[in-house]
Amino acid sequence: MKIKLFYFARLKETLNYSTEDLTLPDEPYTILKLKALLAKRGDTWGQMLMGKLKVRAAINHELVDDHASIADGDEVAFFPPVTGG
Amino acid sequence: MSVRVQLEDFDVGFEISQLRKSHNSIGAVVSFVGLVRDLNERDTVTQLTLEHYPGMTEKSLMAIIAQAKTRWHVEDALIIHRVGPLMPNEQIVLVAVTSAHRGDAFSACEFIMDYLKTDAPFWKKEITPQGAHWVEVKSSDDMAKNRWNNKN
Repeated sequence: MKIKLFYFARLKETLNYSTEDLTLPDEPYTILKLKALLAKRGDTWGQMLMGKLKVRAAINHELVDDHASIADGDEVAFFPPVTGG
Repeated sequence: MSVRVQLEDFDVGFEISQLRKSHNSIGAVVSFVGLVRDLNERDTVTQLTLEHYPGMTEKSLMAIIAQAKTRWHVEDALIIHRVGPLMPNEQIVLVAVTSAHRGDAFSACEFIMDYLKTDAPFWKKEITPQGAHWVEVKSSDDMAKNRWNNKN
């Protein structure tokens, strides 16, 4: 399945990625499984997505937790806890 | 109900007059304006940069207003949030709520602001003479939001 990924704030800056198109193997994927897959790209990815820093995720503009399922065509985003206002 | 994410500053007086124009049933307008402080966690802040998630930001702000409307009588509500570079003392955010009575307007305005702090995808980066850093989350923001679960 194909998904579109976005990264924001500290993640975008540290990973040096703002967006990418990704093709995942045809099997069920949760946010946690996707994070684990991306973490294999290297130490920085592991630290940013699976490390001590809190990461929040959204699917199609809705905040979700680690167990949320990803479907073909979804827009997935990873970002730090928000600090607006 | 409307939300705006913009680089430009806003005129509170103008926005409120637009919001209440030709709504004769409105008895109260409550507004909150957030400003850039020159002192935060570490050093003197010389500039702030706000990043957001276009698309999700607007959607989450509308969802917060919709949630406030289920709890209080809200005639209309407006959220303006600025993004991009901001200097100390500049306006960052406006939340304005109109209602028949002040109680609903006060509560809804505070509720919207508390939820905006924890749910709307904005991120602040502070620029100080010692360098730039992303602002850390405050646990007091979560507490401010969570207290709404225990009261009406």
